[in-house]
Amino acid sequence: MDYSFDFSFLRDYWPMLAEGLWLTVQLALMATVAGFLLGTLCAVASTSGSRILRAIVGLYVEIIRNTPLLVQLFVVYFGLASLGLKFSATTSAVIGLTINIGAYSSEIIRAGIESIHKGQIEAGDCLALSRWQVLATIVLPTAVEKVYPALASQYVLLMLGTSIASQISAEEMTAAASRIQSDTFRPFEVFLVIAALYLLLSFAMRGLFWALGQFAFARRRKLGTTL
Amino acid sequence: MIASLLGISPAHWAALLAGLKWTIFLSVVGFLAGGLVGFIVALSRISDSVVVRAVAVTYVNLIQGTPLLVLMFVLYFGLPVFGLEMPPLAAACIAMTMFSAAYLGEIWRGCLQSVPRTQWEAADCLALARWERMLLVILPQALRIAVPPTVGFMVQIVKNTSVASVIGMAEMTYIGKLINNATFQPFRTYLIIAGLYFLLCYPLSWLSRRLERKLNVAHR
Repeated sequence: MDYSFDFSFLRDYWPMLAEGLWLTVQLALMATVAGFLLGTLCAVASTSGSRILRAIVGLYVEIIRNTPLLVQLFVVYFGLASLGLKFSATTSAVIGLTINIGAYSSEIIRAGIESIHKGQIEAGDCLALSRWQVLATIVLPTAVEKVYPALASQYVLLMLGTSIASQISAEEMTAAASRIQSDTFRPFEVFLVIAALYLLLSFAMRGLFWALGQFAFARRRKLGTTL
Repeated sequence: MIASLLGISPAHWAALLAGLKWTIFLSVVGFLAGGLVGFIVALSRISDSVVVRAVAVTYVNLIQGTPLLVLMFVLYFGLPVFGLEMPPLAAACIAMTMFSAAYLGEIWRGCLQSVPRTQWEAADCLALARWERMLLVILPQALRIAVPPTVGFMVQIVKNTSVASVIGMAEMTYIGKLINNATFQPFRTYLIIAGLYFLLCYPLSWLSRRLERKLNVAHR
C-alpha cells in the first residue's frame, strides 16, 4: 500500500476540531444531567401507583425506545420548526437528546425502584418518614446505586449518539470533521482522528463515572458490593 | 386525483415502502452477518489464549467506543483513498456487521460465562472435546439466557440502520429526507417515518420482554 498518511491538516484545523469537541462534551453533559432528572421524574411517576401516570410514561418510553434518534432529531428540528416552534440546531439537539435519554433513564431507574425490598420502605414508614422523605432518602438513592453501572453505560452511548446531531447541522465534532475533510480531501485521517477522540471521550466518561460512583456510593466502596 | 393517505401521495408511499424494504434488508444483514462475527468475538473473548482475548477486547472497545456514524464515514469516505471504493449499500452492510458483532459478541460472552463453572468442569470430566463441550453442554444452556437480550438488541440494529442514510444509502430515513425536500412537510413526513420504525421495532421489544418473562420462570 503506497498511501502516505498526512496529518498536517491538524496544524490549521485543530481550533475547529477543538470547538467541535467542546460542543460534543457540552451536548453530552447537558443531555445526561437533564435526561437523568427527566428519567427520575418519569420513573417515580410510573411507580407512584397511579395507572394514568404509568400509562403515560409507558407510552413515552415505548415511542422513544422504538424509533431512531436520527428521526427524533429530525422531528424536533425540522418538524417543530414547520409548526412555528423554531429552535437553533444546538438547542434542538439538546432537546432531542434529552427526550431520548430520558426514556432510557426512566426505564433503568424504574427497574431499580421496583427491585427495592418492601421492608426498606416499611422501615421508613415505621420511622414516621413522609412519603416524599421515604422516596428521597431511601428509595431513590438505593435504586440509583443499584442501577448505576447500567445508567453509566447508557450515558456513554448517549455521548456517542451526539454525533448524530451533526445531521441537523449542530456544529459538534462529527460536523466539524465533515467540514474539515471536504476542505482538505483527507477523509481517512480526519475520521481516524475523531474516532480516536470519541474513544478517548468514552474512556474518560467511564473513568469519571467510576470515580463519581466511588465518591457517591461510599457503602459500595467499603463493602465492595451493592446493597 | 387519488386521495392521499395521511397527506402522503401514493408515489411517495411507494418510495417509502421501497425504503422500508432496504431498512429491513440492512437489519437482516446486520443481524445475520453481525451474529456470525459476533459469535466468533464471543468465543474469542473467553479463549484460553491471551493474544486472542486481547484482540477481541480491543475490537469490542474500538467499536463500542466510537459512534456508528463515524465508522460509516471511515468506510465510505475514508477507504476510497486506498482504492477501496464501494457503494453505500456495501459500506452500510459492513458497518452494520462490525457494529452488531461487537455488541452481540459482548452480550453472548456474558451468556456463555453465566453457564455455571461446574457445567464446564463436568463436561471436562466426561472427557468431551472442547467443541463437544461447547456444542453439547454450554451452548444449549447459554442459548436460553441469550434469546431475550438478542431479540432486544435487534431493536437497536433496526434503529441504527437509519444512520446509513448519511452515506446516501436509500433506506427509509433517506427516502424520508427526499420526500421532505419535495413536499416541505417535515413534521408529517418524519412522524410517519417514526411510525413505520415503531411498527418494526415494537413487536421485537414486546417479544424480548415476553421471552424474558417466559424463559426466566426459574428465577421468578
